[in-house]
Formats: sequence, C-alpha cells, structure tokens
Amino acid sequence: MSIKLTIIEQMEEVAREQGKILAPLKDDLALADCGLDSLGFAVLVARLEDRLGIDPFSASEEAVFPVTLGDFVKVYEHGQP
Amino acid sequence: MASLDARSLREVIAAIEAPRSFLSPQGAVRFTDLAGGTSFGGRLGELAGKAVLLAAESQIASALALIELEAVVRRIVILPPDANPAHLPAIISAAGVEAVVVDDATPAHAALAALARVRCQPAIEPMAALMPRTRTEWVLLTSGTTGVPKMVIHDLETLTTALQAPSPADGADVWGTFYDIRRYGGLQIYLRAVLGGASLVLSSPGESVADHFARLAAAGVTHLSGTPSQWRRALMMAPETGMIAPRYVRLSGEIADQAVLDALRAAFPHAAIGHAYASTEAGVAFDVNDGIAGFPSDYIGTVRNGVGLKILDGTLRIRSPGVAKGYVDGEPLVDAAGFVDTGDILERKGERFYFAGRRGGIINVGGLKVHPEEVEAVINRHPRVRMSLVRGRQNPVTGSIVVADVVLKGEDPFADKSPQQIALKDDILKFCRDTLPRHKVPAAISFVPALNVAATGKLVRR
Repeated sequence: MSIKLTIIEQMEEVAREQGKILAPLKDDLALADCGLDSLGFAVLVARLEDRLGIDPFSASEEAVFPVTLGDFVKVYEHGQP
Repeated sequence: MASLDARSLREVIAAIEAPRSFLSPQGAVRFTDLAGGTSFGGRLGELAGKAVLLAAESQIASALALIELEAVVRRIVILPPDANPAHLPAIISAAGVEAVVVDDATPAHAALAALARVRCQPAIEPMAALMPRTRTEWVLLTSGTTGVPKMVIHDLETLTTALQAPSPADGADVWGTFYDIRRYGGLQIYLRAVLGGASLVLSSPGESVADHFARLAAAGVTHLSGTPSQWRRALMMAPETGMIAPRYVRLSGEIADQAVLDALRAAFPHAAIGHAYASTEAGVAFDVNDGIAGFPSDYIGTVRNGVGLKILDGTLRIRSPGVAKGYVDGEPLVDAAGFVDTGDILERKGERFYFAGRRGGIINVGGLKVHPEEVEAVINRHPRVRMSLVRGRQNPVTGSIVVADVVLKGEDPFADKSPQQIALKDDILKFCRDTLPRHKVPAAISFVPALNVAATGKLVRR
C-alpha cells in the first residue's frame, strides 16, 4: 500500500475511534481543518510509526511543521528510510 | 504586576481603568460591568460562606464565577472540563461541597441533584450590596494514581506568588491561552490577566485552530500561553499564526524542547519567549527567558523570588510561597523541610539542567498526567489479558503518548498483523475507550510474550 493510502486509512481509523468527522481528504486540505485535534494527530503519528517504521518529525533535527495534508504526506515520503 | 494588597478579585477588576473584557465565542463581558454587577441573577448571597463546586460547562461562566465567588464563599472546588462524572460523589463528599454553580450546559449529573444549585451566566445584572468578606480556599483537581483525582488546596496568595516577580510576562494588554482556566496552568494566565489589568481571550472546546487564531488576532493579543504540545499543534496546523504578533509567548505544563522554542522564535521573531516550570502542587517554580531548553544550573541551590530548588534522589524539589496549602484528604504534600517532590528527574549537562522523564513512569500527554497503573488496571480487566505494561512513547505533537505492551493469557495464537490479531487489539482498545478519557487510551498495543517482574513482585518499568 502506498504511503499516502496508509496515511489516509489511518486518519479515517483514528477519526472513527475518536468520534470525529473528517473533511474530504484532498492534498490542499489544511491540517487544521481536517477534523482531527492534537491528540488525534498524536495518535496518528504513533500509528504511522508502527505501520511505516518511521516518525519523520522526531527523526528530523529541525522542527518540521507541515500545513496541508499534501505536505504531511510528503514529510513521510521523504522521511522514508 | 499589581499586587493584591488584601483586595478581593472584584475590587481588583473595579480598579482597572482601561477597557478590558473576558472574550469567548459565546460573547464578551466587560470588567467594568462585572465589577458592579453579577452573573448569578441575585443569588450570589445564597453561596456566602459555603463550599461550592464550580461545575459550569463554559469557560466564560467559570471566569465570571471565580471573580464573584472569591472572598464570598469558603471554598471553591474547580471542576476541570474533562472530569469523570463517576468521581463526582467522591469529590463532593471529600471536599464537603454544599452547593454547585452550573450554567445552562452543565449536564444533569445525579451526584449534583442533592446540592443547592445556583446558575451563573454571562449576562450581567446590577448588584446592590457587597457581601461580607471571607477567606476563600481554591481547590484544584489533579490526576491521581487510581484515577480518582487528588484535590489540591490553594488560596489567592499561593496562586499569585509567581505574579509578583518582574517578568517579560508583565505589561499585557490582551492575554490569550490555549489552556482551560480550570487547570493550574490556565488559572495562572487568568490571574495574570485579572491582576495585570489585561483582557483575556478564552479558548473553547471544538473550536478550530484557525477560528481561535482569528479571535486572538481580532482581540489584538499581546501575550499568549500554552503547553509545548498546544504550540506544536498551532505551528503545525495553522498558517494563521501569521495573523497575530504577540509581544510575549509562554510555554508551560510540559518540558519545552529546543525544537519548539526555535520554531516559536522563527514564527514570532519579535516576541519574548519564556518557558515556565510549574505544577498544581508546587506552584510556579521558575521562568526561563533565554530561549534555550532546560534551565541554568545556578537555579539549583539558590533562592530566587522566594523559590528554593534542590535535587534529592535525582528529582527536582521545590519550596516556595506558591506551594499549595495541602491536599483535601490531609495526605502530606511537602517533606519535613517543606519541599514538594515534583517526581521530575533532572540531568546536568554543562551549565544547564534538563528534564529526563518522570519517576514512577508518569506519562505527560500534552500537559495531562497519565499514571500507567490506572491504564494497566483497565487493560488487565479484559478477559484475554494476563498482564500489561503501559509506558510513554515520544511523540512530536503531544510530547509523549500512551502505548501498552500486553501479555495474553495463553499463547498469542494469531499471526502478526493478521485480521484476528488486529480485532483483538481493537477490542482491548475499545475496552479502554469505554472507561478512560481519550488522552489515557493507548495509541498502540503490542502483544509481547512476557514482561519483566522484579524480586519485589513489581513490574520493571526501566
């Protein structure tokens, strides 16, 4: 499964568990408006670390702060080991 | 920063000349209106001298109620927004609560039914005579090992001790905070705003980061505070950070790492950036204003602004006039020398101390404490589980997040990542979600063949 599909699948999973409703997941969707709160994102990053084997945010020396869903996916694609 | 000089909060806001307000999505209330008015519809007098549970759902009602209740009631027990209703009977009984302050949104908990009930709403009516003055205890809730919250007693002096020392946090016109004012960190900002004569922009659950920033920008926020997790979320999720230009940015409630400090420096190049160390029990111990993670080594062993810090058995100990008066249940809060054991482990590197986790494995999820034992107790009730170990995993959003290692009864019969194994994990997680607040539910479960148990019979938590 592609990284992007894995991310989307996990976002849907976390949203379902936390009783949140996701906005349509397009590349230019601002993460702020996607429907997950900070705890939702925290869980998402932990799940993706299990699925993809990386946490590109903690692995990076510099702070990375993606703004859109497309940026978020890119961080994972570039952070791939 | 204005000192109290034995004034009540109502007298403090009455003396503020600048036009200041509490601002929330539900509306704004001007200090001048509240100074001579009431949000209790003429029923404040019924609460005089009583122990009162503040159970209003909205922050704006809570903000108004705190001004009015202070110096009128004997004790204010401040219910945090995520309090588990199952704990209400224990809270009410232990704190001797006689009356409850609600707003229109307070749920009809059975435990509240027997109490005198007074409604507070953000609609101010004129009020005639002032009440007789009482010394008021402020009781804050913090999480305990068993899940039942611990109740920590403060008063206005202990809560405002840290506000007396000169700080870059002074001189605010408009404060904003991502915190809820019913927790220690948020209450500090509330009191900084009121005593410093600043407006306060309250957060609101369910409001998007973008909408919150739009309100902060519209109010002209000059000072803004949050946990490192809340700041990471704001930086990660809101291009709107460019809408505001605060003069002072504050982090507290969790350990601020260099990445978040640098990111804030880049986002707000003209702001002073400070990170503070505080806990509900110990109060605010110190601020660090040099933009560097950790704190200077000379903070230890000296008394600064009345606060003494030392290290004993590897953890930070604090003695200060800001330390709480005690726990409601009478359990000791300080040692014989008057120091609070924070449980935070310190490591020295050169001329700086850094925080290196917590003794007892307490996990800090975005500023909220999680005791592993409480989560393990829930997981262990699942019929397929033999034992479990709950620990924190580093997380770029909330600092840490809860994960669990679980030993099943019998062998794990499922192949790794098989649908059956995933279904069992989901079932255990659902079990957790049904009983625990969201931040305590593990983000991930791993099935492990065994866990280390020490000679004492206790789980080895490394």
